[in-house]
Amino acid sequence: MAKAIKPPLYDRHVSLGAKMVEFAGFVMPVQYSGIIDEHVTVRENAGIFDLSHMGEIYVSGKGAPSALDKLVSNNVGKLDVGKALYTPICTPQGGIVDDILVYRDADETYMLVVNAANIEKDYDWVGGHLPKGPQVEDKSLQTALIAVQGPQSETIVAEAVAEDLSELHYYQFEFSVIDDIPVRVSRTGYTGEDGFEVYVDAAGAGAVWDALFDLTTGIGGVPVGLGARDTLRLEMKYCLYGNDIDEGTTPLEAGIGWTVKLDKGDFIGKDALGEQKKDGVKRKLAGFVMVDAGIPRRDYAVTNAEEKSIGRVTSGSYSPSLRENIGLGYLDLPYDDVGTEILVDVRKKPRLARVVETPFLKLMGGR
Amino acid sequence: MNPEELNYSETHEWIKIDGKVATVGLTDHAQSELGDIVYLELPGVGTEVTAGGEFGVVESVKAASDLNAPLSGKVVAVNDAATEDPALVNRDCYGEGWLVKVELKDPSEVENLKTAAEYNEFIGA
Repeated sequence: MAKAIKPPLYDRHVSLGAKMVEFAGFVMPVQYSGIIDEHVTVRENAGIFDLSHMGEIYVSGKGAPSALDKLVSNNVGKLDVGKALYTPICTPQGGIVDDILVYRDADETYMLVVNAANIEKDYDWVGGHLPKGPQVEDKSLQTALIAVQGPQSETIVAEAVAEDLSELHYYQFEFSVIDDIPVRVSRTGYTGEDGFEVYVDAAGAGAVWDALFDLTTGIGGVPVGLGARDTLRLEMKYCLYGNDIDEGTTPLEAGIGWTVKLDKGDFIGKDALGEQKKDGVKRKLAGFVMVDAGIPRRDYAVTNAEEKSIGRVTSGSYSPSLRENIGLGYLDLPYDDVGTEILVDVRKKPRLARVVETPFLKLMGGR
Repeated sequence: MNPEELNYSETHEWIKIDGKVATVGLTDHAQSELGDIVYLELPGVGTEVTAGGEFGVVESVKAASDLNAPLSGKVVAVNDAATEDPALVNRDCYGEGWLVKVELKDPSEVENLKTAAEYNEFIGA
C-alpha cells in the first residue's frame, strides 16, 4: 500500500485541531469541532470542506462528446457548456463502476469528478473504452476542491469572487478568481443545502481556502470534516460509492434511474439496464428509521418478522437533524414499500425499523 | 488530565474503587476518540460481568464500540442519565457521565489495572 497522500491543505487542518484519518489513500480531516456541531451548522448557516481527495479527470479533443456519451448512462453529449451533470459509469452488466460529476468546459472539453477510491480505476476505464481521438488526463493531484455548503453559502462565495452569484443556478458553473487565483465555481454539493464547490490548482489552494475560511467563520460557519459530510449526505439519501453502490448494484436498484437514459444512443450497460427495467428490479435501496434502540451500520443483516433474510444495510447513522437513527439498505421487493416493518440485526439482536420515504430530510429551501 | 486516584483498563475504562464497589466509566481519551456519543447500551442491575468480557456498547455518530468490564462482579447500579443523554459522557466522563457500579467478586483483580501514570503512558499522553 502506497503511503497516504497529504492534500495541499493538510497543515491547515492540523493547525485547526482536526482529527485526521486515512481515507481512500489520502489523509483527510474527519472532524474538527464534532460531527453533530458541524452538521447542524451546515444546515443552519454554512460550513467549509476540503474535498481535495476527489479526482479530476479531463477528457478532451475531437469526438469527446459522443465518446463520453458511450461511456456513461446520462446525457452528457447534450449537456450545455457551463453546466454539470451527475451520472453513473456502468459495467456491461449494469453495475456501477463509479458515480461522477461531468462538467462541460467547452464543446470538446469535459472534466470528470470521480471518487477518491476510484481515481486509478476510472482513469484506466475511461482510457480503455475511448476510441482514438479524445485525450484523457488525470489532474487529481494538482487540483484542490473546497466546498462551501449551507444557506449562507451564496453570501460567502459571492463575496470571495466579488460577483453576484444569484444567477448561477444549481448544477451550473463558471470560471472566476479569488484573490487573483483562477478558480472554477460550481453550484453543486453533497449536503442537500444550497452550496458551492470551488476547484483550484493545488498551488493556490491555501490562499483560496484562507479567503473562504475567513468569510465562512466570520459569519459563524465552521470547517466540516468527512464525518459530517457523511451524515449530511445520508439524510438526503445521496449514494456513497463503496457503501450504497458498487459494481454489484445497478442505478435502477439504487433509485437513481433518472440518470439512465435508455432513449439515447448506445452506452456501456444499456442492454443490461434495459432488460432490468423491462423485467423490474428485485431489490431496491430503501431508507428506514429505527423504531427500537440501536444504530444501523453497514453490512448489518435485515430480516422480516419470520427471520428470513430480505436484505442488508449499506449505510447507517444517527441523524443529527432528525435525532433518529436512520439507514439505507437493499431490500427485496416488496419490503421496500414505505411503512413496512423490518428487523435490523444489530449485534445479533433483531431490532425493529420502519421503511420511510426518502430523502429522510425534507428541506424547505433545499435542492 | 486523567485523575490520579482512579485506575484504568487497556480498553479505556476508568475504575474508582470504593470498598467492595467499583464505579466504571469511559476515559477522556476514549470519549475524545469516539467523538459525539449518541447511544449507550448498559447491562441491567443484577447482571454478572466478567473481567475482560463485553458488558455493553457505546456508539458515536461514526462507530460502535464494545464496553469491556475491567473487573468481575455484579452490576449494582446503572447511570440512567447517561443512557438517556449519552452526550453526558462527552461532557463529563469522570463525573456525571459514569456508566455502572459493580460489586466486586474478586478484589485482587484490581491489581491488574493500570495507574494513572501507566495509563497515560499507554495512550501516549
